[in-house]
Formats: sequence, structure tokens, C-alpha cells
Amino acid sequence: MITYIIRRLLHALLVLFMVTLIVFFVMRLLPGDPLIIYVAQTAELEAMPPEMLDELRKEFGLDKPIMVQYVNWVLGILRGDFGTSIFYREKVGKLLLERFPVTIHLGLLALILGAIFGILAGLLAAIRRGKWMDKVVTPLTYVGLTIPAFWLGILLIYAFGLKLHWLPISGYTSPLDDFWLSTRQIVMPVLCLAVFGLAANARQMRSSMLEIIQQDYIRTARSKGLREWTVIIRHAMKNSLIPVITLIGMGVGIIFGGSIVIETVFAIPGVGRLFVSSIFGQDYVVVQAITLVIAVIVLFANLIVDISYGWFDPRIRYG
Amino acid sequence: MAGLILGYGMVRGVETMSAKQTIVTGTSEAPPSVSEWRRFQRVFFSRGVVVFGLVVLLILAFTAIFAAWLAPYDPYRPGVADSLLQPSNANPLGTDLLGRDVLSRLIYGSRTALMVGFITVGIASIIGVMLGLLAGYSSRIVNMIIMRCMDAIMCFPMLLLALLIAAVLGGGIHNVIIALSVAIIPIYARVMHGLTLSIRENDYILAQRAMGAGNLRTMIRHVLPNAMPPLIVLMTMQLGNLILAEAILSFIGIGIEPPGAAWGAMVNDGYRFLLRSPVLSFAPGLAIMLVVFAFNMVGDGLRDALDPRLRGLI
Repeated sequence: MITYIIRRLLHALLVLFMVTLIVFFVMRLLPGDPLIIYVAQTAELEAMPPEMLDELRKEFGLDKPIMVQYVNWVLGILRGDFGTSIFYREKVGKLLLERFPVTIHLGLLALILGAIFGILAGLLAAIRRGKWMDKVVTPLTYVGLTIPAFWLGILLIYAFGLKLHWLPISGYTSPLDDFWLSTRQIVMPVLCLAVFGLAANARQMRSSMLEIIQQDYIRTARSKGLREWTVIIRHAMKNSLIPVITLIGMGVGIIFGGSIVIETVFAIPGVGRLFVSSIFGQDYVVVQAITLVIAVIVLFANLIVDISYGWFDPRIRYG
Repeated sequence: MAGLILGYGMVRGVETMSAKQTIVTGTSEAPPSVSEWRRFQRVFFSRGVVVFGLVVLLILAFTAIFAAWLAPYDPYRPGVADSLLQPSNANPLGTDLLGRDVLSRLIYGSRTALMVGFITVGIASIIGVMLGLLAGYSSRIVNMIIMRCMDAIMCFPMLLLALLIAAVLGGGIHNVIIALSVAIIPIYARVMHGLTLSIRENDYILAQRAMGAGNLRTMIRHVLPNAMPPLIVLMTMQLGNLILAEAILSFIGIGIEPPGAAWGAMVNDGYRFLLRSPVLSFAPGLAIMLVVFAFNMVGDGLRDALDPRLRGLI
């Protein structure tokens, strides 16, 4: 198991290195000289003598060879220095510390709700196969997998916000400031973020449960005289959870992707909305930082899934 | 996005299966006969939802091809009627802010959706399959470089990467196609890599080698055809997800340029007038959902008909 973990860690490190390469070089391809954009937003471009531009170029380290710039960038990040946002005139690190908790608050809730209800729904649909429970859950999973999240958001806003006036249609409040308002505000966005993962988990859970339940060892467990409930929970569910865990791990990336559009729909000041506005505002330092941080989070989620996978299924450890 | 999950899950599945020395594709059966085609038809048409999906797709293809004849008005010309009209006989889905007929724009939007879907899947599958084949048939070092690169790209959520690339390249529908292609190439590379490794273990590949066939010939003539069933299923399902991704990008405001018609952008246009004219947002959203659903269902049906052993993997 230890060798397996070390192998996965080395593998993740290699991927991490490639991720930094991709982020850095893709950002250098962005249209426009970053310096000119910076200058144009801070001062009069025409009024600036060329010598001053060169000086600024030196100050930002943009005059050095590209590989040196890359190494400096990585070293800066290791020190926690993501650079300065052109638009917000703030340290990007500080900006991320303000925005990430919002996205993680919504995303984590969506991930957890999607996992719990997805597994539960899939389990019930499998053990009541063909009964009304299955007949309700299975078509709903298809709806959940295909409904565009941003459109679901708009439908919810229309029904519960504009028509029924039950829930606020936009904004975000920290649960530490006003818990009740915060909860009312996040109901709809969390639902939109969770629905895809929930449906995917339910579908996977149902199909792997149906497969496991036909195995010989389940028959053995039953013929030992174990209660049906024990057979399902202790024996069948444990094994059918393995593929679902992969899905939940992958849900991390999907929820970050989804938060880009959901935070735009509900006007939530999270990292997804910051990403969109920075792309449109050509604030490339912020885009770079967000892309990198999200990719690293996804990488770690995958690493955890891989390791837990090896723990659950020894065949993979030695594969 | 489902394709992302499904593709990934499938690779996992194939990996575990090859670990168990189970052969996923390529049996030693005789070449497909007429009865094989019959069996395909029988399984494919046996589920109502699959037939429903197929009908939706046929209608969609018909609409996209004959959009110029089907659309009652010019979708791009503003002011064919008053601004923000409610649905009526003249304008079955009403008009938008600029007084353009929504039904006509919806019909023309099907062209955008299908074009982006098909071209993207085409580009991504060709490049991805070549990379996967190459990785499966080359030295450890090349294999490692290709597959780790793919892993690195997969660390970026598809939407994030597509937005980033679209921003680098600038607006326009062709740049959206490039952005989405890059984002999904790793899925094909991974699936193909897994399939190559498992197909290589078959006896008929060994027989080819014994007869002196080179690697290239084996790859093209034997590995690739045997990998086709799962690839076709994956491509079908991804068509739906790419149409969804395109809709999300155009909803955010990247991709199609005005006055072009894209469903995602239409949802966004209507969002501002949700109370006054909800149909503006509801109709294009419903179209997106229906098409994504149809592609997923047809993909499901194809999987069951082509190779039922893939059930649970794709």
C-alpha cells in the first residue's frame, strides 16, 4: 500500500509540473501585451515615455527570458505570491482568499448533498427494482443528467423567486453574518450545482448495486441467515460504492466548472464569477491564479480518489 | 459533461478489466452476418426512450438542413415585428428585444448546435484516438509523456479550459470549436489507450505478428476496427454534452457573435425579461435539454446494441 501511495504521489507531482507549464504558457499566448494592458489601466499610455515602459518591464520581470520568467513565477507561487490584479489593484492572493471560501461553501454543500442523496436514491432504486421507487428515480436521473444547470437556475428563479417570492434570486451572505438569509440565498444555486452529480451518482449506484446483488457472495450471506438489511448495507453497498467514489471525486472538477456559470446566473461573488469577469477584463494574472488553484484542487481530489481506490480494491494496487 | 464522467469511468473500467485479463472487445466470432444486423436492430429499437431520442435527432437534423425553408421569418433581421411580443399565431414563440422572431432564431440555432457538436467530436476523436493508439504502441517514455500530458489537461474542468482557450483565441464559433476540441481530446486518448492495451492481448493480434505484420498495419487494420464500437458510443454521448458546453459558453457570452443564433445566448437574452416574457428563456433551454437527452438515449441504445458488455462501463 505504501509503495502504491508513493507511486501515485510521484505521478501527481509529474502531472502538477505539466499543469504549471500549461497554465503559464497558455497565459503568455493571451492577446495583448500584459504590460500595455496594465499601463493603459493605470495611466495615460501616450504620456508615458518608452524608457519608463522599459523600466516597468524590468520591474515586472518581463524582460527576462521566458524560462526564467516561468521559474520566477513558480517560486513566487511557492511563497504565496500570485502577483497583483490589474483591475482590482490588489494582491491576487488576497482576492482569492476572499472569493474561494464562497465557491467552496456552495460547492462542498453541493458535493455532499449530491453524494448522500445520489447514493440513497440509487440504492433504493436498485433494491426496489421495477417498483414505483425505481420508476420515479430512474427517469429523474436522466433529467438530472441532461438539464442545463444554468437553465434550471433560471426556471427556479422564475418559479420560487419571481412568482412565489419564497427565495431571494441573487446574492450571497456569509453564514457567519446572517445564517438564515445565507441559507435562503444558497438553496437554489446549491441545487443547480448538485443536480448533475446527484443524478450521476444515483445512476452509477443503481447499476453497480444491481450487478453486485447477483453475485454469489450475496447469496451466501443471505443463506447464512443474515437479515436482508445487513446483507444490503454491510455486503452489497460497500462494494457497489467503489465506482461511485470515483464519480464523487470527479464531481469536484465538474462543480468548479459549474460554479462558473451558476455564480454568473445568481450573481454570487465567488471565484467562478471572478474568473469570467477577469477573462473579459483581460486581467490575466487573476485568470492564471484561478486556473492554477482549481487545477491543483482537482489534481488532489483525483489523488485522493486513486489512493482510496487502491485501499478499497487491492487488485488496483498491484495492477 | 456526462461524457467526461462516462469516458473517465469507462477508462477506469477497462483498466480494471484488463487487470483481470478479461477481454473487452474483439471476440473470435465470425464476421458480422445478416443476423448480426438484425440483432442490432432488435436490441436498438426495443426501448421506447431510444426510439424517442432517435426521432428527436431526426427532427433536429431535418430542421437544421431545411432551416431556410422552415423558419417563418429572417432570424437575423431586427424589427420584423414589435419588440418583446407575446406568442401569437404570427409569432408562435413571440419576439425578442430587437423584434426578431424567436421561433426562426430557435430553428437557425439548431444549425449552430449541430455544427459545433459534430465538428468538435470529429476533430477531438481523430486526434485523441491517434494519440491513444500511439501511446499504446510506443516506448515507455513516449507513452508516459503523452498520457501524463492528457492527465494534466484533464485536471482543468472542461468549461474552465474551454473558456480560457476561447479567451486566448478570441470570439467566434470556430474558436469555440477549437477550445472544446482541446478540452475533450484527453478523453478519447485515454479511452483509446485503454482499449489498445486490452485489444493487444488478443490471440488474433499475436497471429498477425507471427505472420509478420508491422505495428502500423496492426494498429490500423486490427486494433482500430475492434475499438470502434465503444468509440462510436462515446462519440454519440459526447455530441450531447458538447452541445450543452457550447450552450454554456454562448450563455456566458463567448462564442457566437451577433446576430448569429445560438440557444445558450438566447437563454441569456431572455433572462433579462424573465417576468415579462418567460418563453424567451424557456424555449431555447428546453431545446438544449431535449437534444442532450436525445443524444444520450441514442448513445445508450447503441451501446446495448453494439456491445452489451460495455454496460456500466460507458
